[in-house]
Amino acid sequence: MKYLTEFRNSEIAQRIAREIAQIATRPWKIMEVCGGQTHSIIKNGIDQMLPPGIEMIHGPGCPVCVTPLELIDKALAIAAQPDVIFCSFGDMLRVPGTEGDLFQVKGRGGDVRVVYSPLDAVDLATKKPDKQVVFFGVGFETTAPANAMSVHLAKRLGLKNFSLLVSHVLVPPAIEAILQSPGNQVQAFLLAGHVCSVMGYWEYPPLAEKYRVPLVVTGFEPLDLLDGIRRAVVQLESGRHQVENAYERVVTFEGNRLAQRLLAEVFEVTDRAWRGIGVIPRSGWRLSAAYRDFDAEQRFQIAGISTRESPLCRSGDVLRGAIKPAECAAFGKECTPRHPLGATMVSSEGACAAYYNYGRFLSAEELAGAGKSASGL
Amino acid sequence: MCLAIPGKVEAITTDGPTGRLVRMGRVNFGGVVKSVCLDYVPEVEVGDYTIVHVGFALSRIDEETAEKTLADFRAMGVLDEELAGEEEAFARAAKAPPSPCPDGSCGSQ
Repeated sequence: MKYLTEFRNSEIAQRIAREIAQIATRPWKIMEVCGGQTHSIIKNGIDQMLPPGIEMIHGPGCPVCVTPLELIDKALAIAAQPDVIFCSFGDMLRVPGTEGDLFQVKGRGGDVRVVYSPLDAVDLATKKPDKQVVFFGVGFETTAPANAMSVHLAKRLGLKNFSLLVSHVLVPPAIEAILQSPGNQVQAFLLAGHVCSVMGYWEYPPLAEKYRVPLVVTGFEPLDLLDGIRRAVVQLESGRHQVENAYERVVTFEGNRLAQRLLAEVFEVTDRAWRGIGVIPRSGWRLSAAYRDFDAEQRFQIAGISTRESPLCRSGDVLRGAIKPAECAAFGKECTPRHPLGATMVSSEGACAAYYNYGRFLSAEELAGAGKSASGL
Repeated sequence: MCLAIPGKVEAITTDGPTGRLVRMGRVNFGGVVKSVCLDYVPEVEVGDYTIVHVGFALSRIDEETAEKTLADFRAMGVLDEELAGEEEAFARAAKAPPSPCPDGSCGSQ
C-alpha cells in the first residue's frame, strides 16, 4: 500500500482535503457513478480523508455487475454450441450465470476467446468462414463506439458469420432512476470521466436543472476524484446545481462527434434490465433495424432460460447505493471473491470486490474511528 | 473494460481485413504495443498521445497528462488487467474463483 500512503500524504491531496473540511458545514451524500472510480476511492482511501458527514455512495456503474443474469445465461448457451467462436472482454469470463461461467464453458470444450478489441472478433470471422463468431458487446458508452464499429465493418465486409450479443447500458437514465427512487439520499453526482470522453456532457444540463443536483465530470486518478468531490461540495454549500467539468484535459462538452454519429446509426435506445436493479426505461442500446441481422439473440434464438439469483445476495441494494457492501450479511462470509454470490463480488470494478480486496469489513464510520487511532502509520 | 488508457501513436497501419476499411495505428501503452483503430480521431498523427477504449482511440491528450495517467494506472494495478493478452486473461480467470457457484449450493469455499 505504498502508493496509497504516498497519495494521502501528498501536500496537494492534504490541501484539497483541508479545503473540503473548511467549506463543509453540514452532511452531504455524493455518488460516484462509475465502478472504476469506486475502485480508486476505496484503494486510495479517499473516503477516509473526507470530513465526517461527507459520504461517498457507490453507484451502479460497473457494466459487468449490471449485465442481466438472463443475458449471461444466453452467452453461456451460445458459447457452448459447436461451430461457435464466442469472443468477450476478459472481465466477463468469471461472471456467474445460473449455472457456471464462460471460463467453465471453455473448460468443457467451448471455443471461448478473449479479445482486446471487437475488431479482433471481426477479423476472426473473416478468417473462419465456417464458424459463427459472436462478440459479447457489454458496457456503458465507453465500449459502445468499438462495438458499433465492429458491426458496421462486418456489414461493409458482407460477413454472414459475425454477430453481437448486445447489452449496452447508459449513464444518464441510471442517474435519473436513482434520483427518482423513493428515499433517494444522493445529493450530487461525480460523472464518469471516460463515458464523457465519448459522449461529452451535453446530455446532463437538463438533469441538473430538473432535479437541482450538482453534476461534476470527474477523472479516475486520486487527485481528480478528490477535486471532483471538492467541487461538488462547493456547489452544494452554495446552493448551486450545475454541470461542471473537472476533467478538462480529457473531456469536452461535445465529446467525440464522429463516434456519436456512428452510435446513432448502429444503435437505438431501448428499455434495459439492470442486474440487481430491474428494468430502467430507455436505459440501454440495442442494434437498430438496419443492423438487426447482426443481433446474436435473433440469430441463435435461445429459449427456455430460467434464471435464479442467490437469495442471500444484496447486490441490487449495493448497486443502488442503498447499502455499503459490508452491510450485507453475506459479505465476507458466504460471499467472497473465491465464492461470489453476485456480480458485484466478481468484477474488479464491483463495489463488493473493492471492499473485500482492500479489507473494508467495517462500515465507513467504524473505519474512520479506527483510522484515527492508527494515524501515523 | 471501461478504463481508457493513454498511449502514444507509433505508426499508422493497414493491418488485417478491417484495417483496409478504417484508419488503424500501433499505439504504445508504456511498453505494451497494441493495434488500435484511429477512425474516430482523424486529427491524431504519429507521435501524438491519445486515450484508447478497448482498441479505439477517442480523443487526443497531451504528453504530460498521458504519462502521469499511465503511471497512476500502473500504480493502481489496473494497467496490466486492461492490456492483458488472451493467454494472460485466461490465466487470471483460472487463478480467480475456482468455483463461482452463484447460489452457494455447491458448498465449496
